[in-house]
Amino acid sequence: MTALVPRRARRLASLAEALLTPHGMDRYLELVDPMLVRREIRGLVTGVRRQTPDTVTLTVRPSRAWRGHLAGQYVRVTVEIDGVRRTRCYSPAGSEHDGTLELTIKADPQGLVSRHLNRTVTLGSVLGLSTADGEFTLPSPRPRRILLLSGGSGITPVLSMLRTLAAEKYEGDLVFLHYSNGAEDALYRTELADLARRLPGLRVVHAFTHAKTGGDLHGFFSKEHLAEAAPWYPDAETFLCGPKPLMDSVREVFEADGIGAHLHTEEFAPPALTFDTENAEGQVRFARSGREVANSGKPLLEQAEEAGLSPEHGCRMGICFSCTQIKTSGCVRNAKTGETSSEENEEIQLCISVPVGDVEINA
Amino acid sequence: MTGLQDKLTPQQVEDFGRELDEIRQRIVADLGQVDVDYIHNVIKTQRALEVAGRGLLFAGFFPPAWVAGVAALSVAKILDNMEIGHNVMHGQYDWTRDPALSSQQFEWDTVAPSENWRHSHNYIHHTYTNILDKDRDIGYGILRMDPAQKWNPYYLGNPVYATLLALFFQWGVMLHDLEVDRVAKGERTWAENKPVLRKIVRKAGRQVGKDYVLFPLLTGPLAPLTFLGNATANLTRNLWAFSIIFCGHFPADVESFTEEETENESRGQWYLRQILGSANITGGKLFHVMTGNLSHQIEHHLFPDIPARRYPEIAGEVRAICEKYGLPYNTGPLHKQLFSVAKKIVKLALPWNGEPRTPATVESDKTLRAA
Repeated sequence: MTALVPRRARRLASLAEALLTPHGMDRYLELVDPMLVRREIRGLVTGVRRQTPDTVTLTVRPSRAWRGHLAGQYVRVTVEIDGVRRTRCYSPAGSEHDGTLELTIKADPQGLVSRHLNRTVTLGSVLGLSTADGEFTLPSPRPRRILLLSGGSGITPVLSMLRTLAAEKYEGDLVFLHYSNGAEDALYRTELADLARRLPGLRVVHAFTHAKTGGDLHGFFSKEHLAEAAPWYPDAETFLCGPKPLMDSVREVFEADGIGAHLHTEEFAPPALTFDTENAEGQVRFARSGREVANSGKPLLEQAEEAGLSPEHGCRMGICFSCTQIKTSGCVRNAKTGETSSEENEEIQLCISVPVGDVEINA
Repeated sequence: MTGLQDKLTPQQVEDFGRELDEIRQRIVADLGQVDVDYIHNVIKTQRALEVAGRGLLFAGFFPPAWVAGVAALSVAKILDNMEIGHNVMHGQYDWTRDPALSSQQFEWDTVAPSENWRHSHNYIHHTYTNILDKDRDIGYGILRMDPAQKWNPYYLGNPVYATLLALFFQWGVMLHDLEVDRVAKGERTWAENKPVLRKIVRKAGRQVGKDYVLFPLLTGPLAPLTFLGNATANLTRNLWAFSIIFCGHFPADVESFTEEETENESRGQWYLRQILGSANITGGKLFHVMTGNLSHQIEHHLFPDIPARRYPEIAGEVRAICEKYGLPYNTGPLHKQLFSVAKKIVKLALPWNGEPRTPATVESDKTLRAA
């Protein structure tokens, strides 16, 4: 990309950086307009609509440092709430061939950021963004048969895949199976119907878990649902995102069929991590700040926060790697996988790493 | 311990510490949007003044424009170093998680690299405040600022060194991090200084390049005027920063301590040392902003990581607590504190003013009332 920028412009930019040392150009540009920054990515909200009472769909125009996303990836969205920056991961719902970002955010009753985004974001709001990240993406070349399976607000990464495939005029077999409580909670219903008309190979199936009528399928996920929606599913690549109970039951069916390798998943709800706070022992030392606490058995991020530190973090569930720090010594257990590791000077994610005995972190 | 703190019983020290802890907890729980809005406004003002100052120097052939440009740039540099840089780098805004307000990432408009300074100031000076031979801010390794520092003929030059330090303060702060005096004594090696030195060279290079090469060149035929203008702004900032900082710990009656008496300090004793070892300056709101609220040095030393804009609101309470326990609360107008510092610098140049540490005394009735 830098090669495309004329050399003279680059020279001017580095002269400006030298003149504006030590703060750099962005710290001045953002005072004129927050969207002018060059090194950070920001997003200007250009559209706000509500499909259901507890969700908001934002159209966001990213600043020039944005490099696009692949369908299924997520971005870290940062907002300031009462003076504190908060970051959460959201998957853009739009096609990867679209230059704008579309975010659909469901207000979690306990969710600080999701409620804030639902209540306070208006046209012209500016959000902090990261580059897109994540391995939950469509393979290239595209598989011959694809099942996109989602529940609730987990629709966003798979809808992005669907819109991408539609933009590519995908010709294979394609089923979009989506679970919602009932018709009033079914996100993107009109758009999906519209897509189904335009793309011959696509079949959209709405499953309602809490309604007996009105959908194509009713009740919770079952193997019968799967057989009815996409009978060829063992030959397909399946992309799944949704609440944990849905994810678990789909995984169970695929494992039982011995086709777990064809199932690709993205976790949004925090995994059920187990912590043994009764038998925790050892000391946790945060080297840079010199703070030391007795190991409480909770993840290191929480222990650091309880010690008065505020390490950078994002998802708090081991997805986004915002909280990665160097563990200089000691042993930690990964609360997601249960694996322990006592390597020295190893990068660990604070939010899902639990100390086993004495641990020193360079934070 | 043998100092003023001995006038308090261990129980009193503990109660005193708890009262201060309560103030701290109350403020920490109350931090929010107003604090962030405040620092953003200061930053906006600082950037605007800087841009205006640099801009005006392009019209430096017109004397009022030159004067106004230098004034704007001087104020910008003072705000940058004091109310923004010093305070942000103390971690006062780390709770916002804003990278632009992060103590670990902030860099300020002086030749001293922030990383070196964080070690010498945040860690060494704020941990070992006014402990002789530990707190390297006592005299900066150049001056005799405490009667307990052993006199030698070198110190006859005390007033001269102090004047030079005031004029070139940013360079003094920069070199301070190298601990040259300790290298000379063999307590520190040049190898240990290598990373510190590398950062200094890079940072100072950029600062010098900006103020003394690039901006003068950009103004073409006005280059000498711009050079002079930038030098004047740096000088103004140096004199101001030196004055405020020296008033914070060196007026008469500020106490110093020995390593032995501060061993195994409790939280309350640590607070006590911070109060006895610091001094405030009285003044108006604008004055406090221009000092980075270091005019509330006592409150700053008690709570270095609380946003400085909160110091004025707790100063009354801190002072009342001091009175309750019969402790001095050293404060006064700038001219009085400066005169007191100057007197000390001159006095300590002379051998017969050398004496071991003399604790200040409190009136016994105050002590009794607190008991």
